Amino acid sequence: MSTETDVSGPSETDWDKAHDSPEFKELRSRLRRFVFPVSALFLVWYLLYVLLADYAHGFMSTKLIGNINVGLVFGLLQFVSTFVITGFYVRYANKKLDPLAEKIRTDLESETK
Amino acid sequence: MTLAAGVEGSSPALNITIFGLFVVITLFVVFRASRNTKTASDYYAAGRAFTGPQNGVAIAGDYLSAASFLGIAGAIAIYGYDGFLYSIGFLVAWLVALLLVAELLRNTGKFTMGDVLAFRMKQRPVRAAAATSTLAVSFFYLLAQMAGAGGLVALLLGIESKTGQAFIIVIVGIIMIAYVLIGGMKGTTWVQIIKAALLIVGALAMTLWVLGMYGFNLSALLQGAVDKAGKAGEALLGPGNQYGKTGTTKLDFFSLGIALVLGTAGLPHVLMRFYTVPTAKEARRSVVWAIGLIGVFYLFTLVLGYGAGALVGADKIKAAPGGVNSAAPLLALELGGPVLLGLIAAIAFATILAVVAGLTITASASFAHDVYANVIKKGKASPASEVKVARITALVIGAVAILGGILANGQNIAFLVALAFAVAASANLPTILYSLFWKRFNTQGALWSIYGGLIVCVLLIVFSPAVSGKPVDAKTGKSASMIQGVDFHWFPLDNPGIVSIPVAFFLGWLGTVLSKEHNQKKYAEMEVRSLTGTGAEKAVSH
Repeated sequence: MSTETDVSGPSETDWDKAHDSPEFKELRSRLRRFVFPVSALFLVWYLLYVLLADYAHGFMSTKLIGNINVGLVFGLLQFVSTFVITGFYVRYANKKLDPLAEKIRTDLESETK
Repeated sequence: MTLAAGVEGSSPALNITIFGLFVVITLFVVFRASRNTKTASDYYAAGRAFTGPQNGVAIAGDYLSAASFLGIAGAIAIYGYDGFLYSIGFLVAWLVALLLVAELLRNTGKFTMGDVLAFRMKQRPVRAAAATSTLAVSFFYLLAQMAGAGGLVALLLGIESKTGQAFIIVIVGIIMIAYVLIGGMKGTTWVQIIKAALLIVGALAMTLWVLGMYGFNLSALLQGAVDKAGKAGEALLGPGNQYGKTGTTKLDFFSLGIALVLGTAGLPHVLMRFYTVPTAKEARRSVVWAIGLIGVFYLFTLVLGYGAGALVGADKIKAAPGGVNSAAPLLALELGGPVLLGLIAAIAFATILAVVAGLTITASASFAHDVYANVIKKGKASPASEVKVARITALVIGAVAILGGILANGQNIAFLVALAFAVAASANLPTILYSLFWKRFNTQGALWSIYGGLIVCVLLIVFSPAVSGKPVDAKTGKSASMIQGVDFHWFPLDNPGIVSIPVAFFLGWLGTVLSKEHNQKKYAEMEVRSLTGTGAEKAVSH
């Protein structure tokens, strides 16, 4: 094997056991339960915007207040949604992912030392 | 106006002085940072000792290239709303990096993208493939930046002759090589941080200035841009000016949109930045900072673009040396005279310098770590010899960048960057995602998706109208394609992403299911490591 696997961390770790533990399964499902749907959501939301900007010029050029039109608001909403999703993810990760990941890591690293 | 004047009202001596000051200060910082660069981890990953916020600023510095600053502001000034679309793709793309890639990559790898892709695969072929695509993406990106340097020189220093510009490109290249060789990743990171701070503060100041002139009323600013543009003005506010002409251009835009949003998380120089922090949590914090800074910066460019349209005017911008790319510098001149222009010009130069340095260190790390240490030496190279190879590679890449920059001088920067994104989204992203999330994925799948994505993407670019066969413009007598006078294109779109990205995903799947190989043990190890950070590379303390 190359230099990749044995340079740091526990060398005798039973990865299979850790991988099959209920704690790890819970961690993985928590991560995937958040990132997969949210990724799908923002990609659809973004593609909707691109398609509208690409094919619905009239709709996007509809003026709302002064010279501020639908397209501009839609574009700025992409900024807002990006910031909001970032915020949600950080909160979720701090609360639901980090403590569990840390517990599994501490257990694994103390097991082998 | 004489040829040597560059932009009217610009003072080349002042521009050079301000830029020289930036170079002196950053070189000093790089020298100081280099004192602790001893091990491979120092050279490639700055000892993993940067904090999340520091790294976030550096990522912003890496990402906000000349294409973002000059290209987008210029596109908005001339095409209006369509220029804004670039910024949105560039920003939303960060969610892919945040949610799916950054932390898992930090936990699994050491220095390069190849570390992660090869983790549970056969090392040598996958590393060779990862290094190939890293070098390809970095090359396109480098070309874009260096091409920008030539145009900027024409604009700011009043050097019109191609020889003179080539000379400046050589100087820029040499300074960049110095940063990389002396400072390694730590020095390069500090250059990015300084540059990002200057760029964002400079853009903020100009944004407030422009908004202030219109009573902080965005609608009034837009009206200003519409009025200045005359008859065609109203069209600036809605989409379609640049891409809306025919069915093909619309499809082209959709293709671009996909490549932009999927490309970021596959850019090797962005990925490598996640290794400069001590933990996955810090990697997350760096992305959060980067998203904040990049998002705010793109909001500034919206104001700057329309501001340049309103205060300078599209006709004057198009006529200036540097064309579309000159919108932001001309706006600076209009607002604050030669001094502000000099500052903005120096920042734009610094931008190119810093981004090129970041690309060079990434490409050299990938060659030394993946190709030299793992493919050629089969993992038995000493770290010292690996760093030595990395330094030599940096020199070679620097030379290639200089040469490429001279040849590509005058090409469209934003377009070249878009191509780099398309290659990254096709060759890298599918493999990264499969590798992190798909249990069954294996060596053959990885190879098919990297090489398949890369080859299809590059072939479609070569046979696209971007390279040959665009109609000749009656005014300039030149075709908008890269190569004049011949036409060998058969692919209708400039942007290959809409075809090459799905093809790469498909090939990754097909290659995997056609091969029986599956390393369950390494998969279990990789997944536990990536999610928990067990055994992840720690920070080096000096």
